[in-house]
Order: sequence, then structure tokens, then C-alpha cells
Amino acid sequence: MNIIACVRQTPDTETVIKINGAANGIELDGVKLVLGPYDEYAMEAAAQIKEKNGGEVTAITVGGEKAAETLRHCLAVGADKAVHVQDTGADDALAIATALANQIKKLPHDLIFVSNKGTDSDRGAVGPMLGELLGLPYVGLVTEIEIDGGAVTVSRDVEGGSKEKFKVTLPAVICAQKGVRGEPRYASLPAIMKAKKKPIETVAAEGDLASLRKVELEKLEYPPARPPGRMVPGESAADKAKELVRLLRSEAKVI
Amino acid sequence: MSVATMSQNAGVCFNLSDDHKMVRDMVRKLATDEIAPRAAEYDRTREFPWDNIKKMAELGLMGVMVPEQFGGAAMDTLAYVLIIEEISKACASTGVITAVQNSLGSYPILAFGSDEQKKKWLPLLASGQKIAAYALTEPGSGSDAAGMKTTCVLDGDHWVINGQKNWITNSTAAELFVVYALKDPATKHKSTSCFLIEKGTPGFTIGKHEETMGVRASGTCPLTFDNVRIPKENLLGEENKGFNIAMATLDCGRIGIAAQAVGIAQAALENAIKYSKERAQFGKAISEFQLVQEMLVSMATQIEAARLLVWQAACKRDAGEKFGKEASMAKWFASEVAVKAALDSIQVHGGYGYSKEYPVERLLRDAKITQIYEGTSEVQKLVIARHLLSEG
Repeated sequence: MNIIACVRQTPDTETVIKINGAANGIELDGVKLVLGPYDEYAMEAAAQIKEKNGGEVTAITVGGEKAAETLRHCLAVGADKAVHVQDTGADDALAIATALANQIKKLPHDLIFVSNKGTDSDRGAVGPMLGELLGLPYVGLVTEIEIDGGAVTVSRDVEGGSKEKFKVTLPAVICAQKGVRGEPRYASLPAIMKAKKKPIETVAAEGDLASLRKVELEKLEYPPARPPGRMVPGESAADKAKELVRLLRSEAKVI
Repeated sequence: MSVATMSQNAGVCFNLSDDHKMVRDMVRKLATDEIAPRAAEYDRTREFPWDNIKKMAELGLMGVMVPEQFGGAAMDTLAYVLIIEEISKACASTGVITAVQNSLGSYPILAFGSDEQKKKWLPLLASGQKIAAYALTEPGSGSDAAGMKTTCVLDGDHWVINGQKNWITNSTAAELFVVYALKDPATKHKSTSCFLIEKGTPGFTIGKHEETMGVRASGTCPLTFDNVRIPKENLLGEENKGFNIAMATLDCGRIGIAAQAVGIAQAALENAIKYSKERAQFGKAISEFQLVQEMLVSMATQIEAARLLVWQAACKRDAGEKFGKEASMAKWFASEVAVKAALDSIQVHGGYGYSKEYPVERLLRDAKITQIYEGTSEVQKLVIARHLLSEG
């Protein structure tokens, strides 16, 4: 089985985010970039399915030079090879999906994993677009997946604790939700050493990705500062409780 | 693995290679998410942290520098010190257990062992299936290691070992003990040999689990050897050359303890920064007071200096250069920094730092041992002086 894991490099979630001078992005200087937490789930699902069913995992990313580090990480957590579509201007869902589709068409592919969303952009748009561009079925937010001959059976959570179950013919694009195959593995030392010998193919994006942009980011703003906590006055615990109930009812209007 | 070496003529490079960064990031995540949360519990209960060791073993952390053919990760000393720093920052007991397994356990077998010994033991140690301990110190001999009293006598095809060892890390869990003994206490290091002794050998007793001040989960015990007969082939390296093995092993081991000290110091600093921003006095966070800032600044700068000494010693070793002096410098300096950083971190925390509610009192107890084991600060200075005076 040929499995593709589409991944993205994002700022470490512990980064203190600073908006850049033009207010159209964040300061990336000194920011630690990692394999996105949601992408880790996609990568883990790809690795486990390969380990169970055989085949090969190709990790693919669209991004600048630094994105190669993320592919190196993927090679240490289960990918066999990697494709780096080098492009710095394409921070746009359609541009990224187009670049991925152009490369994936050239690769043998049965199962294509995408993540729920980038932790930075929070768009969640690349997966469905990729399905459309490749003319393949797409299922979002999958929490369970089983290979079933030339098809996969996938489940996703729907409201009220119910599940939807789909049988999807391959090839297909599957969006891995958190925990689809448990927690992502750590890169073991032997795996890090072996990753050095695995190939990363670097290719240029085809065409002008920036021209595909349909969405312009106008402005980034910080959320309003959180107001300080308020101490409820009162002589005794009973007084304080009474005052708290009054405040919740008349000021906060939550009860 | 490519090394961000500091010893090439091209100049001094302070950037880690991508591979080293990947190793450090992986271990940092493991240490933060899985090891740190239970460090206080292990400190309290003194239980051997098997959960940590098993997880780490699966990731190759018990055989960092062991060659691939013996089941190790075949990484370099720089990777090793990054690992020990991160683990020790989370849990100093787990840090020293890992350091002993990698450097004091595996290293002498790798460097001095026979092919059979390497094939038998290195895969077991590198995979963490067996834990190793290192027995040099005795009740009456610490810094004067050659003043040991444990004896070895060859009797036919067996060596017979008699004596006592003290403060042996990993003893509650270890199944392999690297033990030093001599033929005649009068000839001291000239008749010292090194032996591999397995747990369960008749006459070999592991004593009571010591109540130590710090690294309390490191399984430290005394050992007794009462007419312990071991096969001749359990001699490690050449007969009468045991003292060389001990010293070479400790040179390498000291880099690991220095890294452990940096990890403890870093934990002290990070706790101090966090607390100083949260704690308000006189209407503002105490981090805004210059006298508090002075402590943070001093800790941070000393830690950087200590870390660079550790990296220097590691890189020299990886480059195949002599590194004994640098290892002792790193170990002395980093251990002093760790104790000072832990003390200052408690000071920043005030009364809370003096209580077990916060982790910094543990850091002080853990830091103190780094000035003592694998050569006291005083012994490090003697080693450095010997190098200085013989080089001059």
C-alpha cells in the first residue's frame, strides 16, 4: 500500500506569538518550528497502517527551506521517503492543495492522510481541496480507520456521541483527527540515525502558486487582554457565597 | 552523526546539528511530559523508576554510544550529554541511572571487553533488558580509589573476590556489576583488576537501600563479596590493569555527571523565573526587583558557561582528542553551578522554596551529590592541576 502523509511545519505551540510589523503575519525570527501537532496524528496513522498492512509512507510538505527539518522528523517516526515542495510564497490553502496535488499525481498513492488543520492557520481547508483537485473521495475528522481490501472503513464522531461510518474506495484522502491511532510516537535514537539515510526529494512548485491565492489575510490582532480576577467581598463564607450568586445573576447573567 | 564540533580549525561553532537538535527535542518532550510529573513521587518513595527506564530503553536511550552491531544507537558523546541534561532536568535520579548504564556500565565493556563479553552484555545493556552498576568506592576508600581493600585471588579457573563496596548506584535493579579488586592492598593500583559479576552469584550480597539526601530513587546500596567465585573469563580487560580501566571510565563518566548538573541547574533557573513572575510583593511581580533579577542573571550566565564546558569536553572526546582535563573542568564547574543555582532558586521562592510544595528543595538535594560522586570537586581540581603542571 502506498501511503502519503501530507504534513506542515508550524510554530511550536509553546511559542509566545508576536505579530509582525505589517500585521499580516507573525514574527518567525527565533521561533521554533515543529511538525504540527495535528500533522503528527496524520503521520502516526500513516506509519501504523504501513506497519500493519505493509507498503511505504511518503511524507510530503510545501514550504521554505526550513520545512526540510519537519520531513527529517517524519522520516524518524515512520516515513520511508519524503518530498519537499519548495515554496515560500504559498501560505494559502488552495495554493498548498494545488502544489500537493501536482506532486501526488506523480506518485503511486492509495491512501492520502491530511491533518485536521494547521495549528497556525487553523483553516482546515487543504484536505477537502486536495480531494477535489485529485478527484478522490475525502472524509474529514476520522477517528477510526480499518483497511478492508481495496477500500477503507472509517468512522467519525458526530454530535450527541454518535458515530458515522463510511466505506470508502481507494485511493482516498482521509483527514486524521486527534487520536485516530493513539498518541504520536517519539523518534527513537536508532530511528533518528536511520532517517539520515532516507531520501528527501526537493522539487520546485509548478507554476506561480501565489497567483492561485483566493484569500487575503488583512490584519492580525491580539485578543483583548484578560480582565483581572475579582475578589468577592464578604465577612463570612456564607456572605461571600450570597454575593457571588448575586453577581452571577445580575452582572454576569449566567444563572 | 555529524558533530557541531568546537575543535575543528574552521572555528568554534555553538550550533547543534539538526540531528542533535532532533535528539534533544525528543528527549525534552519525553522528560517534560512523562518523567518530570513523577519525579517528586520517586524522590519520596525511593522506588527504582522502572517506568521511565523502560520507556527510555524503547527509544534507545540506554545504549546511546553503543555501536549498532551491539544493539546501540551509535551516537556520539554530544548527543549523550544532551540526553543526560534533559533527563536530569526532569528527574536527577533517572538521570544518574541513565548515566551509569551508558558510561560506567557499557563503556568499560565496549572499550576493554573481549568479543564474547561485548556480544553477551552490550545488547542486554543497550536495550535496557539488564541494568548495570559500577563498584569502585569502598567504605574506606573514595577519593583514594587505589586504597581499596577488596581482594581477588586466582584459584584454578576462578577468581575469588572478598570485600565490600559502598554507595553503588543502580544496585537495587542491577544484574551486572563492574567490580574492582586487587591482589594485594600493599601494591595498590598495580595489582588492581576489573571483573564482571552477576547478581545472584553465591556470596555476593546487595545490602540495604541507602537513605540518601538526593538522587533518592537511584537504587544506591552497599555490596558485600564473601568468597565470591567467578569464572576466569569474567575478568574485564587485562589482569592488573584495572585501575586504568577505572580512570578511563570515570573520565567519560564525569562528562555525564557534568551534564546532569547542568540539567539540575537549568531546572532551578526555570522554576525561579516562573515563580518570580507569579509571586507579587509590594504590589508587583518579584521578577521586577533588581536583586531578584541579579540572582536569575547570575544563574543563567553560569549555566551557559557550564553547558559550554560540557559540550567542549564531549566534542573533544568525539574528535578523538584528550579530554580528561576538560571533563574534570566541566564536572567541577557544573556541579558548583548546580548547587549555587538550586540555593538561589530556593532564595527566589522564599519560604515556599524551603517546603516540599515546590520542587526546588529537591533540586538542591540532588545538586549536592554532583559535587561528590564520580570524583569530588576536590579530586577534579587535583586532576586539572596534574594536567596543567604536566602540560606546562
